[in-house]
Amino acid sequence: MGLLSKKDANLILDPLADNNPITIQVLGICSALAITAELKASIVMAVSVLFVLGIGNVVISLMRNIIPSKIRIIVQLVVVAALVIIVDQVLKAYAYELSKTLSVFVGLIITNCIIMGRFEAFALGNGPWRSFLDGIGNAAGYGLILIIVGFFRELLGSGTLLGFKVLGDPIEKTGLYAIGYENNGFMLLSPMALIVVGIIIWIQRSRNKALIED
Amino acid sequence: MENRTDKNSYTIIFAIAMVLIVGSLLAFTAASLKPTITENERMEKQQNILYAMGVNDNEEGSANFISTDKVAGEFSKYIQKQLVIENGSASENNQAYLIDVKKEQTKAKSGETRRLPLFVGEKDGKTFYIAPIRGKGLWDAIWAYVAMDENMVVQGAYFDHKGETPGLGANIKQRFFMDDFIGEHLLDASGNFKGITVAKGNADPKNLDKTDNEVDAIAGATITGDGVTAMIKKDLKLYWPYFKTLKK
Repeated sequence: MGLLSKKDANLILDPLADNNPITIQVLGICSALAITAELKASIVMAVSVLFVLGIGNVVISLMRNIIPSKIRIIVQLVVVAALVIIVDQVLKAYAYELSKTLSVFVGLIITNCIIMGRFEAFALGNGPWRSFLDGIGNAAGYGLILIIVGFFRELLGSGTLLGFKVLGDPIEKTGLYAIGYENNGFMLLSPMALIVVGIIIWIQRSRNKALIED
Repeated sequence: MENRTDKNSYTIIFAIAMVLIVGSLLAFTAASLKPTITENERMEKQQNILYAMGVNDNEEGSANFISTDKVAGEFSKYIQKQLVIENGSASENNQAYLIDVKKEQTKAKSGETRRLPLFVGEKDGKTFYIAPIRGKGLWDAIWAYVAMDENMVVQGAYFDHKGETPGLGANIKQRFFMDDFIGEHLLDASGNFKGITVAKGNADPKNLDKTDNEVDAIAGATITGDGVTAMIKKDLKLYWPYFKTLKK
């Protein structure tokens, strides 16, 4: 890539696969369980985290030399909470419909351990540009898993994708349902998100043995 | 040498400065956006009320309000009367839609009289009585606007929630759930108030039987569904005495 050096490019690409926040670092699991029952919610959450982590990492990085180390976690928390609240308020005023969709996610974004994790592990020790790339990369890696899990849970649990009935109508018995297919309601419950994440981890590690810990 | 940022005095000053800056930033944002947000909420109430009586921009499968620039005009066109029922007697009040149901519920709890807003709308020669109700879901508040005819048969409903789980409880604001209520009876065969139960073991998933006082529940959203049942039984029952006076 001409725009980014190889090292910088890896900041974005690594978290997508071999250093994925969910499947490798096992961070952000809670929100991956909570909101992946449908694909749309997964996408909204992925975009929100991309936004907050990208900007938050830059802010923390700019402040990294003046943050007292004793209260750095509190400072990080304040930065992310303030960011999320301001965004929420602005949306409420100028994009009311969108804000209603997002309001549920606000609390989940603040408590997302990936955000605190990247502030602590990366932004505190690196410059703003590299922190920005790191934030985007990790949020994208997180979002990717969320979207995969959301895809399977909505498809198998409700027989829809983004609300469209792709497998036919379960009540009218059309499409797949005509030949006796049934939605698996179990997929809608949170434990199934863990199992889907588990399967992704399994596939990923069996393809790349270097990822298996002792 | 000790790092400057490790000193206690530095830490305290930093903390104070941070609280001041972030605090005033948030206060400034909230204060300057408040009028716009209040206005949005006011228009949303009108949209909700109109939605319940079937004045909406629904497309197949998705629930859409009429646009915000049309809402004020449509609201005064369709809503004939706004009533406030207090101690069994109804009086007209054209600001009734601004009554905060949550506050009225708190008032009722502390022994004061609860004011019940009711909106009377007319569309295509049919009269709609629209009542706002409020209850608890799994995580937070849920509320609804229910449009009924004079026999308390539901003509339309709009449900909303503050923080139900996306894909599960949050689906109460989806068309497939809200539309199930249309035509459903709130009274039983002998004319007593029975409410509508969001039933899990529903033998009638296509909802052909409108007099069974039941609609089909959402899989994975049991507690939100029970909240809807409870909200209807409790809040709409308060309107029953008024509907009895209509028949005379």
